[in-house]
Amino acid sequence: MSKSPATRTARRERPLSPHLTIYRPPITMTMSIVHRITGGALYFGTLLVAAWLMAAAGSQATFDWVNWAFGTWLGRLILFGYTWALMHHMLGGVRHLVWDTGAGLEKHTASKIAWATLAGSVALTLLIWVAGYMARGSL
Amino acid sequence: MSGSNNDMRTPLAKVRGLGSSHEGTQHFWRQRLTALANIPLTLFFVGFLIALNGAGYTEVRAALANPFVALVMILFLISGLYHMRLGMQVIIEDYVISEGLKLLTIALSTFFTIAVGVASIFALLKLAFGG
Repeated sequence: MSKSPATRTARRERPLSPHLTIYRPPITMTMSIVHRITGGALYFGTLLVAAWLMAAAGSQATFDWVNWAFGTWLGRLILFGYTWALMHHMLGGVRHLVWDTGAGLEKHTASKIAWATLAGSVALTLLIWVAGYMARGSL
Repeated sequence: MSGSNNDMRTPLAKVRGLGSSHEGTQHFWRQRLTALANIPLTLFFVGFLIALNGAGYTEVRAALANPFVALVMILFLISGLYHMRLGMQVIIEDYVISEGLKLLTIALSTFFTIAVGVASIFALLKLAFGG
């Protein structure tokens, strides 16, 4: 057995580097993760678009069924989430396009833009749904 | 030429400039191009859905049969689906370690993309050409 202090069974308490349990993720990191998650969600969300288009091209009964499914509270919840994912991913994408030019990469600027992405996506989602209900004549 | 003595690349590889992936910046560039195109196309799609909210079968079919709407919708689908296939490829490459499984999932993702695109565009063309 080695006599090195590093391999002794009774170890001294050593300082730990920042770990997940005590690490507060910066907003840029969180928005980066959310950007990927919303992208993945939108990937499967295209099935809803395809279903809607195929139903419109199909029979009245099929279309009415899909329309009904989208209109249920669960359907609306999914579509609301879909709207937010779309808006968040779009604003996050604009942020990436700005970064591609070399602008907005300074730490505090990047954090501000990240918060703006979140706030903007929520605001746009609410705006779209209010406009949608107004177009429907329900508001 | 700077560093020409240490450069292990052949003159041809240097001229092509495609790097070890043999694709150069193609993936990056196409992701950015489709991202740019997706902004106005998405805004059109969202606006179109707002205007159509609550519309019935006949109304929706008439709206989708409009040549301008059909064209923009097809562009939206092509650009959006291409963009999402590129993005899903990056996600797969990041998380799927096994080389075989990686190839398989990327191939499946490509098939999924094409299936969604062909089904949607077929539906649009059917409506545009008179239902």
